Amino acid sequence: MAETATLESLLRDSFPDASELAVEDRTGGGDHFQVTIASSRFDGLSLVEQHRLVYEALEAPLGNGSIHELRIKTRGMA
Amino acid sequence: MSELSEQIKQIIETEPVSLFMKGTPQLVMCGNSDRALRALRAAGAPVTAVDVLPDPQIRQELSALSGWPTIPQVFIRGELVGGADIVEELHASGELQRKLDEALGAERETTERTAVLA
Repeated sequence: MAETATLESLLRDSFPDASELAVEDRTGGGDHFQVTIASSRFDGLSLVEQHRLVYEALEAPLGNGSIHELRIKTRGMA
Repeated sequence: MSELSEQIKQIIETEPVSLFMKGTPQLVMCGNSDRALRALRAAGAPVTAVDVLPDPQIRQELSALSGWPTIPQVFIRGELVGGADIVEELHASGELQRKLDEALGAERETTERTAVLA
């Protein structure tokens, strides 16, 4: 189980300039999440590179198995 | 590099489009694998599917090779295209089809097959 607020704070640390940052618990069970982020860190990066940055930010909860599914929607700000 | 890892690498590098998924195209075991498969089919991709479920080692070795932590994973001519979200997004924008046309030509085969790792 992971808390929406925990994920949000990890993402906020990694994407401090985000103009949009949302974490949704899709099932209410604390293991299926949708994250949506708009940040200048994504500018000029491919989608694979953008998603990698999100995986890096959430390495801890992804690594300990508390997230079963993560849907990611990213965009740059340029 | 382990033998399994070599086999995975071989598939990624030699198959036009490889999809590492949970289940098979005939019996998909995960909603996200299904999303990726549907997007590939809709874009007219030939799909070589590999089921990661029979052996947890497949998933570990795959992620070690690709640096991508989740399943499914889609590769076109050896290049990681992404997971379900990216493949869906690229399909919606028409970019997936453009990538396929560029890598495999517009007149491509669209056969589907399943590769089994020994």
